[in-house]
Amino acid sequence: MPLPYYVSPEQMMQDKAEYARKGIAKGKSIIAMEYAAGMLLVAENPSASLNKISEIYDRIAFAGAGKYSEFENLRKAGIRYADLKGYAYGREDVTAKSLANAYSQTIGNVFSEAMKPLEVEILVVEVAEEGLPNELYRIAFDGSIGDEKGFAAIGGQAEELRLYLKDKYEDGLDQAGALRLATRALEAATSAQVKPENLEVAILERGRTGRTFRRLSHEELQATLAGTE
Amino acid sequence: MPSFFDPYDVGSSFFDLLRQNRPDLVPQAQLKLEGLPQAETRDLKETPHGTTILALKYRDGVVIAGDRQATEGFQISSRRIEKVFKADDHSAIAIAGVAGPCVEMAKLFEVELAHYEKLEGMPLSLEGKANKLSQMVKANLPMAMQGLVVIPIFVGYDPRRGEGKIFKYDLTGGRYEEIEYYATGSGGREARSAMKKLYRADMAEGDAIGVALEALIDAAEEDVGTGGPDFVRGVFPTIKLVVMAGLQDVPETRIRQACQAIVDLRASAQREAGADGETQARRIK
Repeated sequence: MPLPYYVSPEQMMQDKAEYARKGIAKGKSIIAMEYAAGMLLVAENPSASLNKISEIYDRIAFAGAGKYSEFENLRKAGIRYADLKGYAYGREDVTAKSLANAYSQTIGNVFSEAMKPLEVEILVVEVAEEGLPNELYRIAFDGSIGDEKGFAAIGGQAEELRLYLKDKYEDGLDQAGALRLATRALEAATSAQVKPENLEVAILERGRTGRTFRRLSHEELQATLAGTE
Repeated sequence: MPSFFDPYDVGSSFFDLLRQNRPDLVPQAQLKLEGLPQAETRDLKETPHGTTILALKYRDGVVIAGDRQATEGFQISSRRIEKVFKADDHSAIAIAGVAGPCVEMAKLFEVELAHYEKLEGMPLSLEGKANKLSQMVKANLPMAMQGLVVIPIFVGYDPRRGEGKIFKYDLTGGRYEEIEYYATGSGGREARSAMKKLYRADMAEGDAIGVALEALIDAAEEDVGTGGPDFVRGVFPTIKLVVMAGLQDVPETRIRQACQAIVDLRASAQREAGADGETQARRIK
């Protein structure tokens, strides 16, 4: 039996990271942004039924960029984790922090142990009750986790979006303002017009009790975005 | 990673997920009564129960209501327990039976519906919800044989067809649709008799709430397990409406006024009968 070639751990990790990065770079981008009355999630998504943004729990939402089948599994696992925890303890005990940690562990383990890393990048966002700070976590393909303030971007043009939003984002935007800013950022990053029917938008509304997640219809988007011109 | 033919994949059901991952949390975990001495077995069977819950259709949808009392043998164990629960935005569930398993089943059912909706990206159909509840009642059968009975009424509004529906269940999970009204629990028979006389098709909202309260008050008068409106403590029956716009709670002030009106009417009828110097019985004769 021939001995397998020796590959140094550094080389292996580098190769995997490059592979994952390439996979993610092919996909479209997603922006999460805080506004005065909640959290806004905007994804460029031509499909009306294959969602990139989803509700996880009462005040927590999920967004995934990269390979659909892979982040879809992560999304389902997150819903199962959150519902089990909320049923065993209390609804308030389900937090974005513990969920983001669980995601980070899972994605990190796959990255170091499996042949093929997950080609995904995900966002876990939680809208807080009145007066408390929102939470916004970004988890990369290797399981590294970071918490962001104000806004976060993932996917193919994540870097361009971050650069654009760094200058333009300000605290206390209203919902329409945040939506317009996110759309402008996507247009700047892709240097193309973004049509409302190619956007998937959802919000977590701070003031609501129980489930705060709501999707915005294409008509609502049209009305808000038409207000810019 | 789940696939089509994975026998361990729990799919979109929270109930199945719970059974597989946390069997200790499933309400239907079987209780072993055989080993217990006679006295303890009897105590267990006398856990709080006794209720009247009802539902009736009206012009805009369905009314679902229940009293607030729980009994423990000949004692009242709670005066303000809730027996009518939100299931999701377009449906509600009322449960009669032993308090603990009842509340647990209602809670589990609510999580089940939301869990499915989140995983699949769309809510279950009304038929699907009623069917799921049927399976949960059926899974409770071993406990029911030991006296821990749970009998729900499920009501929902089907936005696609534009109509409300009432489903009743039996111990074995059998599911039957009612087209006008239904009541169950220890005072269920009295409530059904009251509704039989008062029910009319296509009632307005106010009339439907009135009929529901008349039936509950009648049940409370005849059945020791059912609590009537309590003006001293301010405890009144729970009423919810399932209509096109979604599930609505009827505010307590409105229920209080409606109860007051019914009680006043009955008191004045009694006084009139008394003023004539006749008993009500002779008057009827």
